[in-house]
Amino acid sequence: MHWSIDFIILLLIIICALGAISVKDLLGTAILFGAYSFMMCLLWAIMGAVDVAFTEATVGAGVSTVFFVAAIFRTTRRTKD
Amino acid sequence: MKKLALVVVFLCGAVLLYATSEFPRWGDPNSPASLHVSPHYLKYSVEETDVPNVVTSVVADYRGFDTMFETSVIFCAGLACFLLLRIYKKEEEEQGVYYRHIPTGVVLHFRDGSKVDLRDRDFELIDSKLVPYDLIMKTMGKILIPFIQLYGLYVIAHGDFSPGGGFQGGVVLGAAIILLAITFNLKIAGQKINEKVLGVLSAVGVFIYSGIGSLCLLLKGHFLDYGKLAPLLGVDPVKARALGMLGVEIGVGITVMSVMVIIYFNIASAGKHDEGL
Repeated sequence: MHWSIDFIILLLIIICALGAISVKDLLGTAILFGAYSFMMCLLWAIMGAVDVAFTEATVGAGVSTVFFVAAIFRTTRRTKD
Repeated sequence: MKKLALVVVFLCGAVLLYATSEFPRWGDPNSPASLHVSPHYLKYSVEETDVPNVVTSVVADYRGFDTMFETSVIFCAGLACFLLLRIYKKEEEEQGVYYRHIPTGVVLHFRDGSKVDLRDRDFELIDSKLVPYDLIMKTMGKILIPFIQLYGLYVIAHGDFSPGGGFQGGVVLGAAIILLAITFNLKIAGQKINEKVLGVLSAVGVFIYSGIGSLCLLLKGHFLDYGKLAPLLGVDPVKARALGMLGVEIGVGITVMSVMVIIYFNIASAGKHDEGL
């Protein structure tokens, strides 16, 4: 059971990472990046690094997503490339 | 050129993946990283520092110097954001202020700096983008913010017993203020916690950290050797190390909280501190 949870989370991390670099809508990228951080947080927690998981959840999934959304709000939502 | 870059990237990734096969297995007790100092920390952390959470005792005591400069890095990030983005120039065409009468939804626009304050009489201050009135967001924000702040304080205070500490608690406290700015208004959040106060607080946190370290120097110890604070605190040296860690964590929390809010305010309002997300 433990092995399968690990595997599913790892798969979701890879999907989120690939999505975050390929999606053209930057707001979607920010959300995907938040999801990526949250999955990383779960993986840290499974490995027993609870402090790192806590930091990842607050900084990675929480505040940095807000910063990205604020930056998109002030710049543009579409990528140029 | 693009294909060449892709080939290089894939080759680099393959080499890195190949190199990981040489790593010690996850959780291997004989891996080089866990042979030198880790056994000492795990064995003697509780008797030397009276802190049950080994991570906190390593981060704030044994490796306190690292954490001090990490805090300085956070402070520098806030400072850089402030210096790069903040604009003090007043716009020539002053937009005035917008107030919404909540029961009817009528919006009043006061031009060029007329000093009116209607916030106590069913009016609310709104941005010039004229966002619709959102009762659910505001009520949920009002309910959640005190609990988030309480949780942030809990995380800072219990850093030595449970996961968490200054960094995490500070981010949670900062997130509460950011939530206030999102659900209500950047101006309202700016009135609750002034920009100058935030700037001073971000420096005060680093000052508390390095001040505790310097205090140990004055008491004839090494820098950040909290055991030497024992006569000052009136406890034995082991307990003094736990209390010194708590003081340091509070300093980290103050800096992280204010820097998070400074960065958000400057990014969301493009440095003008008037209207934002």
